[in-house]
Formats: sequence, structure tokens, C-alpha cells
Amino acid sequence: MPKVTLIEHNGASHTIDAEVGKSLMMNAIDNGVPGIDADCGGACACGTCHCFVEEPWAAVTGGVEMLEESMLGMRPDRAENSRLSCQIEVSDDMDGLVVRLPEYQM
Amino acid sequence: MNVAQDLPHPSDLALEDIDVSDSRIYQQDAWRPYFERLRKEDPVHYVADSQFGPFWSITRWEDIVAVDSNFEDFSSEPAIVIGDNSEELPIANFISMDPPKHDVQRRAVQGVVAPKNLAEMEALIRSRVVEILDGLPVGETFNWVDRVSINLTTQMLATLFDFPFEERFKLTYWSDLGAGSPEIAGGDVDPEERLAGLHDCLETFTRIWHERKDDGVETLDLIRMLQRDPNTKDMVDDPMEYLGNLLLLIIGGNDTTRNSASAGVLALNQNPAEYEKLRANPALIPSMVSEVIRWQTPLMHMRRTANKDVEFQGKQIRKGDKVVMWYLSGNHDETAIENPNSFIIDRENPRKHMSFGFGVHRCMGNRLAEMQLRVLWEEIMQRFSKVEVVGEPERVKSNFVRGISNLPVRVHPL
Repeated sequence: MPKVTLIEHNGASHTIDAEVGKSLMMNAIDNGVPGIDADCGGACACGTCHCFVEEPWAAVTGGVEMLEESMLGMRPDRAENSRLSCQIEVSDDMDGLVVRLPEYQM
Repeated sequence: MNVAQDLPHPSDLALEDIDVSDSRIYQQDAWRPYFERLRKEDPVHYVADSQFGPFWSITRWEDIVAVDSNFEDFSSEPAIVIGDNSEELPIANFISMDPPKHDVQRRAVQGVVAPKNLAEMEALIRSRVVEILDGLPVGETFNWVDRVSINLTTQMLATLFDFPFEERFKLTYWSDLGAGSPEIAGGDVDPEERLAGLHDCLETFTRIWHERKDDGVETLDLIRMLQRDPNTKDMVDDPMEYLGNLLLLIIGGNDTTRNSASAGVLALNQNPAEYEKLRANPALIPSMVSEVIRWQTPLMHMRRTANKDVEFQGKQIRKGDKVVMWYLSGNHDETAIENPNSFIIDRENPRKHMSFGFGVHRCMGNRLAEMQLRVLWEEIMQRFSKVEVVGEPERVKSNFVRGISNLPVRVHPL
């Protein structure tokens, strides 16, 4: 199981054993990591599982598809490394992945 | 006032005759069996002949999410309600636009509800809630809608627009005119009164625009935000687009929170065990607020228009067809929500509802709405052992706004 770390905006860090094949969002929710709402349940339709992927993990976590892009575009705090965590499928080569969570989900 | 006629029970109708655009269904709160039948027997349902012309109804959770996420096939133009805008008032606004124009107009104003601003606004909202609740007549029957729900949301709107506070009830009036026309949503508003009132709205806000233009004041109000953004700085020069966006923001901030503020009282009275749970554990307030927003679904639908021929769930939707997503039905879809007809304030996942919509048009004021309702209930619970409903609620005649116009209550102090 790859270990991934999610860091809340207040600095609280959560390292979890992530399940491969499941989205990063579901892994976070299942491990009780706060800071992700995921109102739509993973349909790339609400934008409330926003996260920032730390370097050097951009290549491993993949690119942003069109629908995800349109959802991220609505976020005032959108950054270059913004992703929706429901669209990142955890794989073995993400062992050590670090993502930061935004100040708020909206 | 029209006397509501008896509606046929949907089980007595041929499937093709079921027309959920009839606003009496919502005025009489008779919608449940209609949508139950459609979800079960014909979840992508075509009506060839309604007072708004032919249209499709999408009634299942997953299908609604699919349509709402697909802005390329299902356009928000020219309107997001079943009826089209009248020729006398061809308004346009960003909820009725597709990307990319939608995105730039929305971005100009969405900062007003950024959580940093909300945190600053919370103390102001709380002081207003306290004033409203402390002024309620204990021991008398009164209309909760007027005294609390409208009062609270209208004060908030006046703040967001930096609108003259003593004239703030004009905003509610314009909101009712905007959303209540017979052609648009099956309402009762007189067309001439509507036209005159909305022109007054446009004139008032045009004057406000010119008074504020380049005044150097840095307040975070919606008008100055439009003026500061390069994409919307000349919006006043397109009056129908200016009026359209004003109405969008006024209705979006008014009909929604207003009706959830009333619905919470009604739902807790109809479900006394849930009221008991809340009294025993006020920490459930945020969860209850989400459940109220699901249970009420203040805006019952959004409409799209097919951009091309699309096959969807085995049905052939033609280019130009109206496709109506019934959030009210999706929020009561038993395949997505456990026990959807029950009001349960400590549900496992209360945020899972579609009252805010999905996709790029998802409600931009959702966190402000939740905050206002949370503060309202925090202060109610500190003052009243019960807000008791003492008469039948009266409901709004509309197929768009699921509204409560009269809710007679008495308050009982702690």
C-alpha cells in the first residue's frame, strides 16, 4: 500500500495507507482526513475535493481532463498544481505522494 | 386568488399525460407520487404538450448529474427555467450562458462569497439574527416567513449590493416579480406589474452604477465588483444583461435561503423526534441545515437545451429540445439517498444532495446560505424551546421556486 500524505491548510499532516485503484478523495474520506467535502461523491461535478499536488508528483498524478478543468476554473484559489482529488486514482508509484488541502472547499 | 383545482392523481393518468410543469402540483405539495412514477417507469420522460411547449424531464439522481456535467451537449442558453423569457424583457445572465462567457462573468462576482469574506460577515449576520429573534412577539401567532425568513435574507441582500437599507424590501419585491411570472414558471404575477417593476429595478441599479463608478470606494459589493472586473466593467451599457445578472443574484440570494429558513421550522414540527434530537445535541445544526436544504430543494429544477441530437438512456433527444433536470426528484431518488422521504438531521452524508446543482453552474452562494442558516438556528436554539407551527403552510405557485409564503407560528421561550 502506498503511503500518501495530505496536509491541511492549518498544517496538520495526515499520512495514510492508501488503497490502490481507489481515488485519492475516497482514500482521504475513508481515513477520516478533514478538509475534503466531496459533496457529489466523486462525479467531478462539485469541486469540493480540491487539493494541490506537491512537486514532484505532477507527472505521476496525471493531467487535468476537460471536465475537471471547467470545475477547477470556478475556484478563486485555483493554482497551477490544483487538482480534484476524486480524479486522481491512487497507484503503487504514488508512494510518498504529498498533497496540500486548500483553506476551504466551496 | 385562484382557488386551486383538484389535481388528478398521477396513477390515474396515462404516462404520456404526466406533466410536472403544472405549478399547482407544487402549490398543493402533491409532487411526490408524480416523480415516484416517473423515476420508476419513465426516468427520461417526454411531454409533447405542456403550457411551456414540449420538454423532457430527467428525474433520477445519476442522470441529472450526467446532464448537469455535460455543458457541451446540454446548453444553459437561452434560459434555465422551463419557460422562455418574454420578448419585452429579453434578459441575459451568466447562469444562462455556457463557458467561456459564463466563466468570466461569474468570476467577476464570486469573490463576494469567498470564505474569508464570509468569516467577516458572520458577526454582522449574527447581530441581525439576534435583533430579528429578540423582536418576535412571544405569545402571539405570526407569519415566520415575513418576520424572520424574508427579513433575514433581504438584509443580507442589501449588504451584498450595498443597497439603501431602508429600501431593501424592494429587492424582495423584484425577486418575486422576476421568478413569479406565469410564462416562466407558472406563477401568478401580473405581466404588466412585472414589466413595470423590473424596469424600476433596472433604473434604480443603473443610477446606483453611475453614482458608484470611479468613486474609489473599495467595498466588496456586487456592483463595484462588476465595475472593477475588466470583463464586466461596461455591463451597464447592455441593460438586459445588467438586469439579468441583477435578477440572478437577487433571486439566487433570496428565494433560496428564505425558503430553507422557513422549511427548517416546518420540517422539525412535522418530525418532532428530530426536533428532540436537535434540542439534545445542537452540534447537529450544520448537518440539519444540509438536510433541510435537501428536503426543501428551494429551486426545483434547472433547464438545459440540447445543442445537438443526443441519445440519452435509450431516448432520442433532438437538437433544440428542452431538457429539465428535476433536482427535487433527484433529492428524493431512493437509489441515491437512503430513506429519501424521511427528514433525518443526523444522516450519514447530509451534504449529498443536489439542491446546489452540479457542474460549472453549481450554486456560488452555497456556503453563504449554509452559514446564514447555521447562525439562525444557533440563535433560535438559544432562545426558544420550540418554534411551533400552529396552522397550515401556504405554498408558492411555481414550478421553479419551491416556496412557502405563509407559515403561522408561535414561539416558546426556553
